[in-house]
Parts: sequence; structure tokens; C-alpha cells
Amino acid sequence: MIAAMARLWRIIAPIRTRLYLGLLVTIGASVVGLMIPQVLEVLVNNLNSSPTAATVWIAGGVVVALGLVEAVLLWLRRVFAIGPSTNTEREMRVRFYNWILDMPVAFHNDWGSGQLLSRAQQDVTQIRRWIAFGMIMMVSSAATVLVGIYMMSRSSILLAGIFLVVVPPIIWLTYRFQREFSILTRRSQDLNGEISTTVEQSVQGIRVLKAFGRSKQALEKFQITAGALRDNEVRKATTTARFDMFMMALPETVLGISLLVGLFQVNSGGMNVGQLASFFATATLVVGPTRMLGMLFGQAVNATTALERYFEVMDSENTIVSPDHPVAIDFANATGELVMEDVRFRFPDAAQDQPDMFQGVDLHIRPGETMALVGVTGNGKSTLLQLVPRIFDITGGRIIIDGVSVHDMDLDDLRRLTAFAFEDTTLFSSSVRDNVLLGVDPELPDAVQKEIAWEALHAADADFVVDLIHGIETRIGEEGFSLSGGQRQRIALARAIAARPSLLLLDDPLSALDTKTEERVIDQLKMVLDNTTTFIIAHRSSTVSLADRVALLDHGKITAVGTHQELLRSSPRYRYIMATNTAGSHEVNL
Amino acid sequence: MSGPGRTRGSSTRYTQMTKEERRASLRLLGSLLKPYKWQLVGLSTIVVLAQLASVASPAIIAWGIDNGIPALLEGNATPAVAASVAHIAAALVGGGLMYVFIRWNMTIGQHMLFGLRKRLFLHSQRLDMKFHETYASGRTVARQTSDMDALANLLNSGLDIMVGSVLQMVFTMVLIVTMDVPSGVVMAGLLIPATMLTIWFQKRSSVIYRQIQTNSARLISHFVETVSGIRAVKSYRRQRANGERYEQLAEDHRQSSLRSIQLFGIYQPTLRWLSTITIAAVLTVGGFRVLGDELQVGVLVALVLYARRFFQPIDEIANFYNTFQSAVAALEKISGLMAEESSVTDPEDPVELADVQGEIVFDDVSFRYDDELPLALHPTSLHVPAGQTVAIVGSTGAGKSTIAKLMARFYDVTDGSITLDGVNLKDLDMETLTDHIVMVTQESYLFSGSVANNIALGNPEASREEIEAAAAIIGADTFIQRLPQ
Repeated sequence: MIAAMARLWRIIAPIRTRLYLGLLVTIGASVVGLMIPQVLEVLVNNLNSSPTAATVWIAGGVVVALGLVEAVLLWLRRVFAIGPSTNTEREMRVRFYNWILDMPVAFHNDWGSGQLLSRAQQDVTQIRRWIAFGMIMMVSSAATVLVGIYMMSRSSILLAGIFLVVVPPIIWLTYRFQREFSILTRRSQDLNGEISTTVEQSVQGIRVLKAFGRSKQALEKFQITAGALRDNEVRKATTTARFDMFMMALPETVLGISLLVGLFQVNSGGMNVGQLASFFATATLVVGPTRMLGMLFGQAVNATTALERYFEVMDSENTIVSPDHPVAIDFANATGELVMEDVRFRFPDAAQDQPDMFQGVDLHIRPGETMALVGVTGNGKSTLLQLVPRIFDITGGRIIIDGVSVHDMDLDDLRRLTAFAFEDTTLFSSSVRDNVLLGVDPELPDAVQKEIAWEALHAADADFVVDLIHGIETRIGEEGFSLSGGQRQRIALARAIAARPSLLLLDDPLSALDTKTEERVIDQLKMVLDNTTTFIIAHRSSTVSLADRVALLDHGKITAVGTHQELLRSSPRYRYIMATNTAGSHEVNL
Repeated sequence: MSGPGRTRGSSTRYTQMTKEERRASLRLLGSLLKPYKWQLVGLSTIVVLAQLASVASPAIIAWGIDNGIPALLEGNATPAVAASVAHIAAALVGGGLMYVFIRWNMTIGQHMLFGLRKRLFLHSQRLDMKFHETYASGRTVARQTSDMDALANLLNSGLDIMVGSVLQMVFTMVLIVTMDVPSGVVMAGLLIPATMLTIWFQKRSSVIYRQIQTNSARLISHFVETVSGIRAVKSYRRQRANGERYEQLAEDHRQSSLRSIQLFGIYQPTLRWLSTITIAAVLTVGGFRVLGDELQVGVLVALVLYARRFFQPIDEIANFYNTFQSAVAALEKISGLMAEESSVTDPEDPVELADVQGEIVFDDVSFRYDDELPLALHPTSLHVPAGQTVAIVGSTGAGKSTIAKLMARFYDVTDGSITLDGVNLKDLDMETLTDHIVMVTQESYLFSGSVANNIALGNPEASREEIEAAAAIIGADTFIQRLPQ
């Protein structure tokens, strides 16, 4: 807890002065507020002894003035403390985002976007609340309670003592409540998330559920989660109810005792009626900050958790970084020649007894050549391709482009040399044009960019873009507008082509296309690929026909390289794979 | 293939709320509350008593000061002790009743909510495919998630605070008026600017709140999009450009939350000042009345204590109004969904099928998705003897998958009949039907859960061996074995 808070203390260094000012005015506001019961005391005593109209007027006026000062100070607290804290919030958020964007893909696969999002959003907001509200209120509430008890003791030390008895239990109970409640709330949020998932699946998968007649089972599953949520909410209510009960009964009981003691004291001359009145008025004012203290202890724990969750991500090590002294790349003369030497790879989370995914891959793709990669489903073809632009890092061997190891290149340079079209076509919610030009230098003149975009779209047979509502400026992902899988794939393909890389990496880019469209795309692509070095994953023989040569990946190694015809003749394994793949695709299209 | 006209009419059909729909939503509310009628009566009694106990304190103190001290001077401690005991009793009784109220209220609410969730889920499952194809899936989900949340919010924060706060204000007002009418008038007078201030604040803050929602939705969707498309971001070197965009969005978000903080920064101190002004006013008016011997000092103290609390609930009440409004809107939408009826229903006297052979006969079957649409399937007769595999070939949109969907009774035929072993599909229970006819759809929707659970979807009792055998038949066994578990 202390370590996390100490780090936070360093983060807020630039706004500390403002926070101190905020603290000062907050304490000021509390003290001014506590003066009001004193006025009551003076007035009541005055009324009991030598009442004059002037005292009444003055008392009223003083209270109005005190109230005004208090209000202004409360307003200043926000000006001083809360404004700057939103700056810190934004900065922490942006730093977090930039940090995770630099982290390797394996990191993202481990964390998942939901986890990262909740840290960037909820946790950072909670930290901001702690900076702007929690830290200041903690000190000022403590100050208010102390000053308040001092004021009460001026009325009667005995009464102040009685009140003091109730302070620790209130703080403790509030703290416990805050902790319990926040745990239950988190559980409710989780259950709510589960319910949403179940509902979403039950609606989106309605055809499957109906086809299999499984609605009843879905309802049973739903009922279990919804029931758990109901029970948790009732538990939450019970916690709240118990807390509210104590918060009402405890201080009021003590005040009841104080009333008796106070009346006797007034009777015995130990204090006067004005002091008794001001004691009650002060006590009412102090109960609030006492509860606040307990709540803030709870909030401190939550804020610490939020800080730890934030730092946990920020402290993770980035394993894929540019070298300290990258080799300069001659982009003008780059050919995209790719050499893999004894490449080994295993996922960090692979089971101990599992063999390496790649056990020494050797491959040479000549400048300008198109090489197809063939193998059975799930044997790591996509992963092999992703090793080239260092989406994942090899665990052994070397990958060399134009004579330079990819590990000696600046990451930006490496990814400028290569362009990747993934099988799952991630398009961003922006215009088609922006999506296609993603890898293109934004400094280029508009006209040139436009030409590049259209050329690439044409090459990927994505001319259908013209017919979209706003043509190339149509925004993807806007409501009521969606592209088919085949259309998305062709735009993603155009994006890879538009980047004009030296080495084009295509992960089965035609899988979602019907045979006719595929034929057209292949005809167009052949012209583009003619002088671009290309590494393409292929499942169907039609895609293979794009390639000059084919490499067969089997059991973690390249077992054969040659033209399609050569491999058909020489490799029984290749014949088998091509036959099953083709048959398979027919079944799917039925 | 999707049914033609899947989007027709759906957008206008569900947006406007007519009087009838409003009545329908009230009926729904009524049907939800009915089983708890007597419990609700009990609850109301308890909350009234609890609030009476909680506002009693200053009045008891006043009585103690005004009656206890003179009595003590005469050597009579009874009034002082009585006041103290009354105060403690009010505290304990109030606390206990509060506990019962919160707990009971929430239990009823949560059981109601659970019942509604279940009804809604079952209802959406029962609705036919025609409905699911016209009513956007996102909306069906929203009815069951965000609209339910709006109702839950009302139960969570709303009702007890609302009932408590309103009662507290009313009781305080009544007590003040009984103790001293002029002070009551002063306080009621100051209620006017406080209400106006609160209305102003609520109006402004709901605008800003919407801005915050929009901005944070943008921030979140940008974040999720970048993170889930991280490979593309890296491959196309978008880190820096996206970082700049995110910073801009984070700044927009900061601006709108800052505006909200500033607005609250005006509202809260002003309300506080109004409450202090009320104290001052009560002090002055009451002071003069004490001077004129029309008021006792203890009562003045009580009035000041009441004045302090008087405005506290006003903000909560205003907040409640918002919660209440969105809950009503949610209830209306939910009752709209509940009012949808399925056109594919179970027969009244279902035919039992004992030993199914699997003979399918289409007798002059035709089908249209909607009365105004052309036939999706022209009159077709087809006889599939038991045990035969039949392939249906045709161009896109010819109605191939319509035939399959009609067999699974996703829709009912417009004309003609389909029989399984001589029994009309409409005479079979849906459960019987799905036990014997299974459709493999084009879409490959997988449910979260294990691979085995997904394979066994059609037959939850399937053994491990059966599941593995099914996987082997379609050649999915090798890649499944490669998965981590």
C-alpha cells in the first residue's frame, strides 16, 4: 500500500501545490462551518439573560456571512484540486495506452482487451478520485472531527468525552461497510457481465438454439446466473441495511445519553443552555466527517488496488523492442528477399511436454518471387508469417530480409519493409480510404494518396467501393452499414498492397471469397505480385496457382519446396493435403 | 440466405409509444407488483414509522431543554430522563425499522426483477425466427440488459432513498410547522430558490452527463478497437498516430468531466449556503419570537437543528427523478417486447412420435416471409424416403435454405403441409420436433464454454467418446487436440 501510494506521490508532483491549497481551503471551510453553532450558543445565552433586538440581527447576519465564506471555500476546493487532477488522470491514461500499444502481441493475448480497458478506464478514474477527493478529504475530515470535538469540549468536557466514545466505532463500521460493499459490487458487476454474455449468445445464436431445441437449457443456465445476481444484491442490501441501522442508532443513542447528562450539567451549573445547544449542533456537524473518515479508509484500499493494477501493466517488460543501434535500411533498393535459417519458436505459455512449434525452419524466398505456404489446418502457418515482422519473436535461428536480420532493424523500418494481410480482417471504424491508406506515408499529396488507394482497391478487386453510400469516404462500422466477409477481406488486401512493401505477407487473403471472385482477384493480383516478393498462405489450389513456388510446412519444419507441379509429383504428403483441402472447401460451400 | 425484407418496418414499429403501449407497460408493472401487494402495504407502514423515528431527535431535545431543566430545578428528574429515554428509544427503533425496511424492500425488488428477467428471456427464446430477423438482435439484447439495469437502478438506489427522503422532508416540515408556524413559512419560502437551483442543476447536468457518456464511449471504443486490432496497428506502424488520437479523445473526455465537476462545484456550495441562510433566517425570526415570549429557547434550538437537515434530501430527490424516468422508459420498451407474439406455437394436443423413421413429405408447400412480399418458395412437393440423403441444388436465393428452415419450423408454411412420418410438423411439440430434426446452419455460431460443450449442444447427455467420435467424423479432431486443453 505504501509503495503504491509513494509512486502516486511522485506522479502528482506537478500538482502538489494546488493540492495543498485545496486542502487548506477545505479545512478552512470545515472550521468556518463549525463556527455557526458557536453563534447559536451566544444567541441562546443572550436570549436567556439580557435579550436585545440587535443581538438577534447580528447573529443572523454573522451566520449568513459565515455561510457565504464557507460556500466560497468549498467552491475553491474544486478549483484548486479537482481541475488539475483531471490532467493527471488524462496523462496516466494516455501513458498507459501508449505503453500497451508498444507491448508485443503476446502480451495482448495474455491480458485480453477487457482487462486492459478496465485498468485504463475504471482504475485510472478511481485513482483520480483519490487524488482530488480522497487524499484531501481524509486530512480535512480528520481536522474537522478534531476541531469539532475541541469545540464540544469547550461546552462540556464530559459531553465531548461521551461523544468521543462513538467516533472509533463509526470509523471502523464505515470502513468495514465500504470494503464489504465494494467487494459485493464488483461481484455484481461480474455477474451482470455474465448475464449480458448469456443474453447476447442466446439472441445471436438463436438459430442454433432453435435448430437444436436447446432454449430450455439456455434458460436454466441463465437462471443460475440471474439467481446468483439476485442473491448477491440481497446480500448487498443486507450489508447496507445493517450499516444504516448502526449509523442511525449509534450516534443518536449517544446523543440521547448526552441529553440527560447535559440537562443535569445545566442544572448543576456546569454549563449553560447555549452551550448545550451548540453541543448538539456541533455533534450533528461532526457525525458526517466521522463517517467520511471510515469511508475514506475504505477508498484508500480501493485506490491502492487500482494503483497496483495500473502499475502491474506499466511494469511488464517489453520483449519486442528496436535494437539500440539499428542498421540503416536502403528502402530504394530493398528487394524483400527473405531467408529463414533454422527458425525455432514456441509460445511462452506452451505446455512443458509440448515440442517447439517450429523446429528449425529453413526457407529462402528470392527477390520478386511469390512463395506459397501450404500445410494442414492449425499447424502454425500464420504464426510463421507473423514471425517476420516480429509480431512474435523467434526463440532460435535467424530471419533475414535483404541480408539484414530482422532483429537488427528498427521496428518501424521492419514494418515499413513488410505489409501484412491477416486472415481475420481487422478494419478500423474510419473511412474505407483511411483503412486502405493505413500503411501509406500521410505526408504524400492528397492526389497521390488517392491514386494509391484506388490502384490498390482495383488490384484487390474491391471496386465495389464506388457503389457504397459515400464511395471511398464511406465510414466502416457506422450503424446500419456493414460489409460482407469477402468485402472486408478485399479491403484488407488492398491495404496491404497500398503500403507498397518490399515483402508482402498474405495470410490466406482469399478464404472468404467465392470461386468467381477469387478468380478475378487472382488475375489482378498476379500483375501486382509480379515484382513484389510475396509470402502467401494458401489452402486452395487456386490460391497456390498465384505462386512461383510452394513450401510445405509439416510438423514444425519445411519438408518440401518446389513448384506446384513438382510437389504434386514428388510429395505424397502434399498431394494428400491439397486433396483434403480442396474437398473440404467444397463441403463448406455446399 | 437471409429472409427478404428482414429490415422492413422494424424501425418504425418499435420507436413510438402509443397510449396503448403505455397502458401495456403499466399492466406489466401491475402484474409484477400484484403478488407482493400485502408485503408492500407492510413496507409502507414500516418506512413511515422509521422516518418518524429518525426526525424525532431535535423535537425531543427541544422538549428536554424546555421541560427538563425547569423540572430539574424543582428537583424532578422525570422529564429529563423521559426525554433521554425517548431519544434513545427513537434511535434504536428507527435503526431497527430502517434495517427491516431496506432489507425487505430490496428482497422484494430483486425477486421481482429476477422473475421479469426470466420471463423476458424465455419469451425472447419462444419468439419465432420472423421476429428475430426483423427486430435487431442488439435491441433484443438491450431489452434484457441495459433496460433491466435501469429497473435495477430504480430498486437499488431509487426507491428507499426516494421514499425515505421525501418522507423525511415532509415530516420535518410538519414538525416545524407544529412547533412554530412563522419558522415553517420561512423555511418553505427558502425551499423555492433551493428547488429552482436544483432544477437548473439537473437540467444542465443531464446535458453534460450525456456529453460525458458520448465522450467516454468514444474513448472506450477507440481503445478496444486498437487493442483488439493490435496486429494491424503494429504491422502498419500506427502506434504514434493512434496515440495522438487517443490523447485527443482523452482530452475531450477530461473537458466534459471537468465541466460536470465545475457545475457541481457551483451547485453544491450554493445549496449549502441556502441551507445556512435558512439557519440564519430561523435564528433571526425565532430569536425575535423568543424576545416576544412567543417561543421557548429549546424549540429555537430544535428549529436550527432541523434547518440544517432540511435541504439534505433535495438533491437525492432530484436524482431519483432521473432514475425514475429512465426506469419508466425501460419498462415501456420491455413491455413492448413482451407484447410480441410468436406465430410458431405448440399445438394444443401434440402428437407423440414413438419410433421415428425420418420420412419427410412436402405437399404443395409454398412460403412467403411477409404478406406483402412475393413467394420465397413456390409451391413445392417433395418426398424424401426414410434414410435417404438428398442434396438440394440451386442458384443463390432460389429458396434452398428456406426449405431447410421450414423443416426445422423456424417458420410455418404459408400453404401446403410438411409431414414427418406422416405427421404434420404443426401437430408436433417443438421439443419433439427438435429431438428429431436438427439443422446445421450456415453461420458457425459457437457459445462460450468448452469445445466439448459446443459439440454436445444438440445432445447434452453425450458421452466423452461420442463427442470425440463426432469431432473425428468432420476431421476436427487433430486441431482440437492441439488446443491447450
